[in-house]
Amino acid sequence: MEVLLGITGKDFTLIAASKAAMRGATILKASDDKTRQLNKHTLMAYSGEAGDTVQFADYIQANAQLYSMRNETDLSPSALAHFVRGELATSLRSRNPYNVNLLLGGVDPITHKSSLYWLDYLASLAPVPYAAHGYAQYYCLSILDKHHHPDITLGQGIKLLTLCTDELKRRLPIDFKGMTVKAVTKDGVVDIQFDDDKVVKAA
Amino acid sequence: MSSPFSINGGACVAMVGKDCVAIACDLRLGLQALTVSNNFPKIFQYGDNVFLGLTGLATDVATVSDLFRYKVNMYRLREERQIAPRTFSNLVSSSLYERRFGPWFVSPVVAGLDPKTGQPFICGFDSIGCIDFAKDFIVSGTATEQLFGMCESLWEPDLGPDQLFETISQSLLNAVDRDALSGWGAHVYIIEKDKVTKRLLKGRQD
Repeated sequence: MEVLLGITGKDFTLIAASKAAMRGATILKASDDKTRQLNKHTLMAYSGEAGDTVQFADYIQANAQLYSMRNETDLSPSALAHFVRGELATSLRSRNPYNVNLLLGGVDPITHKSSLYWLDYLASLAPVPYAAHGYAQYYCLSILDKHHHPDITLGQGIKLLTLCTDELKRRLPIDFKGMTVKAVTKDGVVDIQFDDDKVVKAA
Repeated sequence: MSSPFSINGGACVAMVGKDCVAIACDLRLGLQALTVSNNFPKIFQYGDNVFLGLTGLATDVATVSDLFRYKVNMYRLREERQIAPRTFSNLVSSSLYERRFGPWFVSPVVAGLDPKTGQPFICGFDSIGCIDFAKDFIVSGTATEQLFGMCESLWEPDLGPDQLFETISQSLLNAVDRDALSGWGAHVYIIEKDKVTKRLLKGRQD
């Protein structure tokens, strides 16, 4: 019941991940951050099997940062997405593959174009305007289909995200303890204050 | 339903015309019944007039297309010339058979014109590299049955480029409308002696 959401807009990419760290039916932590910053303009959110997620995300983060230090340039969001796909695809056909689903959002440092990449544990990569992972897909993609526009502002993006999380609160059987929300803009990654305490009653 | 070939869905078709060939694919990427993206092309270019269509498991479509980009680039550097469609087909075949006991879950389709004679060339493969040479058309993906029906009834010999475009487009569009796992737009390539035309078809978005 982990939730990952991503929305692109005119000059930003929003990434949101649920705050609950779960183990079976138990919530171990209600302030988990399922995101990693890969470089100044790229953010990655992850979900999947407990150990695999952090292990894989850290590995990717370390390699992205190593590249930035060695070359004094950051990889573009597109380049990073293809690098991550390559790593995940190699792992898929190994003895113990990583079971990790990812959303990779970024803003190109040169063209300022926002982008979002959807990547599942099979290493299927798709560039998308908005995305979700897990059960959230079934509830949120239809809402995003109806309301998303390529050139929405950050404010409109956050409103759209609220629309999605409200629906999730209404329909998911387990409380996912709210969302950590981050926005990637041309100035880097910024934390977004997001109201988790709003109660949404089921219909 | 959980066969690796039908998790993501997708369809591809190639056809022979008079001094031209056509290859077309849909644009859907799904997870079972859920559509994730409607912009996932399955046709890749490996020379002036060598094209490869790949349907099947999306991760392998990406991996295999990248692998052939690498292999064809190496071929071009070694030979100092472009790869011919027939040579490329044998490369596809042997590369797939290398993974005989743990295959890439893809069904490739090659379309192109022979660089010397200008003869149309198409062929298809199973996932372990058995080549299916055809004089008329090749289909692959989750809509193969529908595509066979459409191609069988619409295709005729010696179609010109414009007629061939109409034939392949109608075949694909109407086939994918009867398949829940493919559709959502299409890419169509018409390959002539010294001209390649790529058209984007919108198609039904439902």
